[in-house]
Amino acid sequence: MTVVPELTEHERAHEAAESRRGFLMALPAYLYLIVFFAIPLAIVFVYSFATRSRTGGTDLSGWNLDSYGRLGEDIVTRVVFRSFGLAMTTTIICLLLAYPFAYFVATRRPAVRGLLLVGVMIPFWTNFLVRNYAWRVLLSNDGPVSQFTEAVGLGETQILFTQVAVVIGLVYGFLPFMILPLYASLERIDPRLIEASRDLYASSWASFRKVVLPLSRPGAIAGSILVFVPSFGAYVTPAILGGDKKPLLGSYIVSQFLTARNWPFGASLSSVLIIVMLSATLVYFRAGGRNL
Amino acid sequence: MIRGWTARLLGGATGLVYLFLYAPVLLLVVFSFSADRNVGRWGGFTLEWYREFGANENVQSALAISLQVAIVSTLVATVLGTLAALALERFRFRGKKVFDALLYLPIIIPDVTMAVMMLLFFTWSLDLVDTVTGFQLRKGIATVVVSHIAFNISFVSVVVRARLEGMDQTLEQAAADLYASRWQAFRHVTLPLILPGIVGGALLALTLSLDDVVITQFASGPGSTTLPVYVFGLIRRGVTPLINAVSVVMLAASVLLVVLSLIAQRSREPGRATTE
Repeated sequence: MTVVPELTEHERAHEAAESRRGFLMALPAYLYLIVFFAIPLAIVFVYSFATRSRTGGTDLSGWNLDSYGRLGEDIVTRVVFRSFGLAMTTTIICLLLAYPFAYFVATRRPAVRGLLLVGVMIPFWTNFLVRNYAWRVLLSNDGPVSQFTEAVGLGETQILFTQVAVVIGLVYGFLPFMILPLYASLERIDPRLIEASRDLYASSWASFRKVVLPLSRPGAIAGSILVFVPSFGAYVTPAILGGDKKPLLGSYIVSQFLTARNWPFGASLSSVLIIVMLSATLVYFRAGGRNL
Repeated sequence: MIRGWTARLLGGATGLVYLFLYAPVLLLVVFSFSADRNVGRWGGFTLEWYREFGANENVQSALAISLQVAIVSTLVATVLGTLAALALERFRFRGKKVFDALLYLPIIIPDVTMAVMMLLFFTWSLDLVDTVTGFQLRKGIATVVVSHIAFNISFVSVVVRARLEGMDQTLEQAAADLYASRWQAFRHVTLPLILPGIVGGALLALTLSLDDVVITQFASGPGSTTLPVYVFGLIRRGVTPLINAVSVVMLAASVLLVVLSLIAQRSREPGRATTE
């Protein structure tokens, strides 16, 4: 039998006071987020069950699943699959670029490491719109990229307003999201494990594949989710670098509010995006994302 | 430690990633000084586009609105976010887990969905105010500020919490042992130690507020166009040398804020010896 130490009345009163104090400190932010985040989130779900009136307004009485029924339409599935494909492509390219980078940084001396990481943090927090715009300039008709390809004899290239341009912009925007968690998991690997594998006659490749790769998996999963989620719902990048002909999920949602004026349908698309995002986040935390 | 050709190969790949990260923005800076009207061509040095930036009234008023929104939302978010961080790191209370989860959501939600949330919320709530009180409120600078605070609280609290987590709690206990009141211990021990985190969080909030396009676009009304929203609209109509200049100014501002924030957060690890 375990003995539970009895709290004296004084201790219990102290604990209650502490709890109250903590609650009061959290209260302003708590209330703010309930009113200006949780309620708006709930309203999106409510609107997704509403009906679009003929004038483009929204009728909140008479709930129905019509908007969700539209999710099966051809145009919607095409938009979703296109966005999914682009987000996957972006994620894989980021993974391929970030892995050698993170591995190199993680194996440097601590002082060098810090410097190399700051080099990633700066573009990471630099104005996102401007970073996308930089590619718009680079890829523009007779812009630098086109001048370069003409000079080397590849002829004029037309990358701007294609999906290639969108992927370039997304990789450019979200690459640090992949680098940072990957680096965190690689940096934490005990070098003695690698030494031990080498002592046991593993080739450097075998030791990488059997020791480093499995241990860096949580970082790779976390980074992939951090890149995939914003790429899947991206709006600014496709609007600047992509064409109008092939809409992606983000712009498709926005157009339901600004041009098509079908708010319930836009709300149902947003709800689905939120649910995808929440499931991905659960996977992220399962993979140990909180510690990254 | 890896050596030999693998290291050289990895080093080369690292160099290429840096080139990829920095070359586009550096070229943009160069082209902003180009006299050629085609945005991606070099046509000799000029400051013409920066002069246009200074003279353009739309740009100037959008800039003023951006600064107002950023400063007000940062101040509020810093206070609320810091309190939230302290509560979560130092106290146990009812509803803590739910609060923790709620605090993470604005960080991970895609901005398009947050934008939709704000649009629907303000439409619904301003309608409600109208029917209940008869006041006809419109979306404007206030609604933009409200939406920016909503995402900035979370970012501030994450940065401050990281600082609190790394802090040596025995210092607070020592202060208590020396008969400091709770407030004195906070004021003279905790606060100075987490101040770099608070400053870092505030600078991050400023950066994010000056960065946002989609959420602002959906939360704003007539007369509350911020600089990024204005520039975004311009870009969609076509690129001009003026946009180059405005972009470079925005770029310079955000780089400055990031560097300041990194310096603030790196200054003296909390409660540990300064040598490492």
